[in-house]
Amino acid sequence: MPDETMVGRVWKFDNDISTDVLSPGQYAVAPLEVRKLHVLESVNPSFAQECQPGDIVISGTNFGCGSSRETAPENLKAVGVACVVAESLARIFMRNAVAVGLPVIVCVGVHDAFEDGHEIEVDLATGRVRNVTTGVELQGDSLPEEMRGILAAGGILEVLRAQGGRGT
Amino acid sequence: MGMTQAEKILARASGRETVTAGEFVVGEIDLALLHDIFAAGVFDMLVDVGVDDVFDPGKTVVVVDHLVPAPSAEAAAIHQRIRDHVARLGIESFYDSGQGICHQLLPENGHIRPGALVVGTDSHTTTYGALGAGGTGIGTSDMVYALATGRLWFRVPETIRFVFSGELQPSVTWKDVILYLAGRFGADAAQYKAMEFGGDGASRADMSSRLTVSNMAVEMGAKFGLFAADEVTDAYLLDHGGVGCDPFGPDDDAVYEAVHEISLADLAPQIAMPSEVDNVSPVGDAAGLAINQAFLGSCTNGRIEDLRAAAEVLEGRHIAPGVRLLVVPASRSVMKEAMDTGVLATLVDAGASVLAPGCGPCFGGHGGLMGPGERCIGTHNRNFIGRMGSAEAEIFLASPATVAASALMGVIADPREVEVKDA
Ligand code: SF4
Repeated sequence: MPDETMVGRVWKFDNDISTDVLSPGQYAVAPLEVRKLHVLESVNPSFAQECQPGDIVISGTNFGCGSSRETAPENLKAVGVACVVAESLARIFMRNAVAVGLPVIVCVGVHDAFEDGHEIEVDLATGRVRNVTTGVELQGDSLPEEMRGILAAGGILEVLRAQGGRGT
Repeated sequence: MGMTQAEKILARASGRETVTAGEFVVGEIDLALLHDIFAAGVFDMLVDVGVDDVFDPGKTVVVVDHLVPAPSAEAAAIHQRIRDHVARLGIESFYDSGQGICHQLLPENGHIRPGALVVGTDSHTTTYGALGAGGTGIGTSDMVYALATGRLWFRVPETIRFVFSGELQPSVTWKDVILYLAGRFGADAAQYKAMEFGGDGASRADMSSRLTVSNMAVEMGAKFGLFAADEVTDAYLLDHGGVGCDPFGPDDDAVYEAVHEISLADLAPQIAMPSEVDNVSPVGDAAGLAINQAFLGSCTNGRIEDLRAAAEVLEGRHIAPGVRLLVVPASRSVMKEAMDTGVLATLVDAGASVLAPGCGPCFGGHGGLMGPGERCIGTHNRNFIGRMGSAEAEIFLASPATVAASALMGVIADPREVEVKDA
């Protein structure tokens, strides 16, 4: 597996960020290039424009709650988000994030430990999370190997392509 | 060590003797459901990855239910694409526009079997737990993988068990029970987990009530919302599809994350207030708030039992001036039964508008949306901001009896009070 440690700049969000906030309904069928510009717009209007590749989203509980729309993690990935670290994740969002190749982990205490602009280091394999700016270290849930395999491939459709469309 | 019902379902699907919560397994899919919001996109993606068929056309069900009758040319074009794909792939279980809501049609037509692993591109796929099946919602890429290979990875969930005792009071229903659970335990109480509904109280619940409860398990974050398969299940399956079932449920010595005892006799009718499903109180706390619209329908409460409960409240009466009552039967056969038994006539006489079977206004697609500042009370499952049109409209969720009582009074009303007044 490739290196699963990443370092990035923090964008911080609160509890219950829903799929409506991550992928607003009125742009649900717009092309990705348009749709991604509205990700998190209702809680942080400049996020989509200013997010740089490799930036990391920190959030409170129940991140990604709501519908099964996969455009939610897809939008985050498209603006450059490298990973989401949340106090807790909604189940279908977590599945969908892995399916589209966006790393996500759960780490209790992360919301209090970070502010916007801090630098964060995340290790998907061990679940270790470090605030590079303040030195605070936290232990999150490591991501199971099954999910990391899908992420390393770039998403479940890449796994499928690699299997020649069928698999073993 | 015994297994929970979720563990049994995933053990069988993955060809294992036993599995334990927390493990990852690859499960064989017994049934895959797609509806019109995602079906065309999923089938396009399948073509894009170079797969020109599905793992088993007999285990794939496609339902056109969200945008029916097509409210726009775009929706109609999506339906055309779906029909083309369905014909190309040889999918026989295709329910085209007008037959009803997916989560009603699948049980009604015998597609759901106890113990089956069912995935759907819809969060309310948990509904099938009413029949003892492991039904859960997935996204479109996962569905492409499932259709191509017939398999999908699953994490075996921990289970929270709810044990019900006693009897519900008159005018209190299982909709009130699941709203109460959401309010008491919270909208992410069962995140990544399975819920099991058991005890004497649960065995007395009819299938319609079980479908309501399992449907809303996802509003507490659940992956599955499971009832054991018993005589009620057997009788329902004999009626719908013609093949009964053996009992199927958890082992007595299964290991649970938590077990909660719930006494049914203590419950009053409940209501979820804007804008979260767990913002729940006894209906009395909201009584007297004026409403503009009452909605009787959806996969939660659009069955014949629900229409009948509303008709009992509205029999020989008329809804309040200025209130719109929308009735959307969950399927064509529900509509037919409501016609044959006079239930529909009672509702229409009371002032209801009857819409074609389907999702209707439930998700804000079309057919009964609301303007800014308006208030709706409905029997559906979500009251999020903007779910039924304007972001400045308010949505309250309750049982069919409470919705009917409110339509009658023009204000949110406790169905027990309405009946008392009349006696
Ligand atoms: S009735 Fe509502 S909740 Fe049920 S499937 Fe349709 S839109 Fe979804």
